[in-house]
Amino acid sequence: MAIKDYSQTPKVDQVGILDRVARVTARSIKNEAKMQGLRMVLNMIDLTTLEGADTEAKVKQLCYKAMHLHDEIPNLPTTAAICVYPNFVNVAVKALKGSGVKVASVATAFPSGHSSREIKLMDTKIAVDAGADEIDMVISRGKFHSGEYNFVFDEIAAIKEACGNARLKVILETGELGTFDKVRRASDIAMDAGADFIKTSTGKIKPAATLPVTLVMLEAIKDHYYKTGRMVGMKPAGGISNSKLALQYLVMVKETLGGKWLSNEWFRFGASSLANDVLMQIAKQTQGNYQSKDYFSID
Amino acid sequence: MKRIEILKTYKIYIGGAFPRTESGRYYQPLANKKPLGNICLSSRKDVRNAVVAARGAQTGWAEKSAYNRSQILYRIAEILEGRRSQFQSELELQGITKVTAEKEIDASIDRLIYYAGWCDKYTQVFGSINPVASSHFNFSTYEPTGVVGIIASEESSLLGLISMIAPVIAGGNTCVVLASESKPLCAVTFSEVLATSDVPGGVVNILTGNTKELLEHFASHMDVNAVVYCRNNKDEINQLRLLAVDNLKRITIKDNVNWDDEKVENPYEILNFMEVKTTWHPIESISAAGSGY
Repeated sequence: MAIKDYSQTPKVDQVGILDRVARVTARSIKNEAKMQGLRMVLNMIDLTTLEGADTEAKVKQLCYKAMHLHDEIPNLPTTAAICVYPNFVNVAVKALKGSGVKVASVATAFPSGHSSREIKLMDTKIAVDAGADEIDMVISRGKFHSGEYNFVFDEIAAIKEACGNARLKVILETGELGTFDKVRRASDIAMDAGADFIKTSTGKIKPAATLPVTLVMLEAIKDHYYKTGRMVGMKPAGGISNSKLALQYLVMVKETLGGKWLSNEWFRFGASSLANDVLMQIAKQTQGNYQSKDYFSID
Repeated sequence: MKRIEILKTYKIYIGGAFPRTESGRYYQPLANKKPLGNICLSSRKDVRNAVVAARGAQTGWAEKSAYNRSQILYRIAEILEGRRSQFQSELELQGITKVTAEKEIDASIDRLIYYAGWCDKYTQVFGSINPVASSHFNFSTYEPTGVVGIIASEESSLLGLISMIAPVIAGGNTCVVLASESKPLCAVTFSEVLATSDVPGGVVNILTGNTKELLEHFASHMDVNAVVYCRNNKDEINQLRLLAVDNLKRITIKDNVNWDDEKVENPYEILNFMEVKTTWHPIESISAAGSGY
């Protein structure tokens, strides 16, 4: 197979993207549909803690939250997964046993991605061996900006191989890519190299996930699907902290990729504070009055 | 050339900005059968947004030094003084005489200065050291209750409004105010004063609209810690007390108040919106002389 020239990936119509997003944000979602959407959002969250100050106890607490979002409201779903650093994977696996909540681990010298191939592979293997169901890797943005697209491709492919049965999410860190054209190019490289998910951001860089950048990536997923028949998942991460915005993301997914993508197998939110806002909205819809953070668990 | 008369559109004040109501609705209160202006008919979403803004601003406002809060309250008074002609004409438009309007503005400015003075004093006056029967240094001090809803006076549209906002913010609370429904002009103009007097956005949020529609959302909102009601409707007072139970809001009723009365001006108004914090500090004796408490 001839090596693809990634400098020739499709160019993105910026005005078109922004215009489309403006229309998505104007949708009004109320009552039944809103409740359905909110529950879906909860079930799509990768509850995340990626801080230097993380402890085993914090991770255990987060796992408990993933399984018991707000017990006062019956029949709430669990979150899709929790997302931690590799050294906490075994703690999380033990805490989540039997709950159906997946364990995702960041790897490959997260968040900067500046390290050798060996270390990145080892990082991935440690997480997989500890029982991670999903690996969130970062691409080498430096190499990408230098035009070494084959390097980026090979690295993703190598990590994919190291993942074994674990699903691979590839973080593009769109806040460091700069333009929609580059986001599109990085998306194409990641998907061709075997990514199961493409993900916007580490959450450590601003801007993190935005609606326009996510739309660019969704369009790339659509083109990839038409060309190869392979579904690739999408995960916006960072900066999505309120329900309204989360629902707008769902609208965009539905209208771009269709209902097939509307499950946590194909769409995720990387977030930490979003869950509480959604819970407050659900409580508002069921109890009738506006809620306060004081009555919801912190983590 | 004859100029075309345009009725002013008064906007609401949330988080330091002047948005239109989320609902897009307006009403035109009348005085002498003439409309006063285009006034926002705020919705429950506006209340919600205002509470979010007030909550966001609360910690920062409470963490400012008492002296600085004092300076800012004094500055509000100064800016108000500078815009007295506008308040004068609005009060007259709303149907009171020139002399009464002048008096009301004077009293409003003085009231702000009065509470500005109290910002860094009420803790000394009301805080206490408590005698306890163990080797503890036990003391109580006051902390702001949080976000306060103010259903402002219907009749006293400027003085009544300021008489409640000033003590509430003096203590480090933030507030969401529902202005007089029939006389809303001064409240909105006062928010323009606030916007230019170093009051951080979100500390005071002012909405205009219908009490019947909005009261339940002030009363039932779990993130509002206290509500002060400055009107006389018994049914509304009952509704407020009932809905406030869910999060045990502090409810203060100010019905039939004469806002001109000097008695209205007192530091206990600040205490209505404070919580007492008592600390037990383990210590055997306080001073070198060995005195204990």
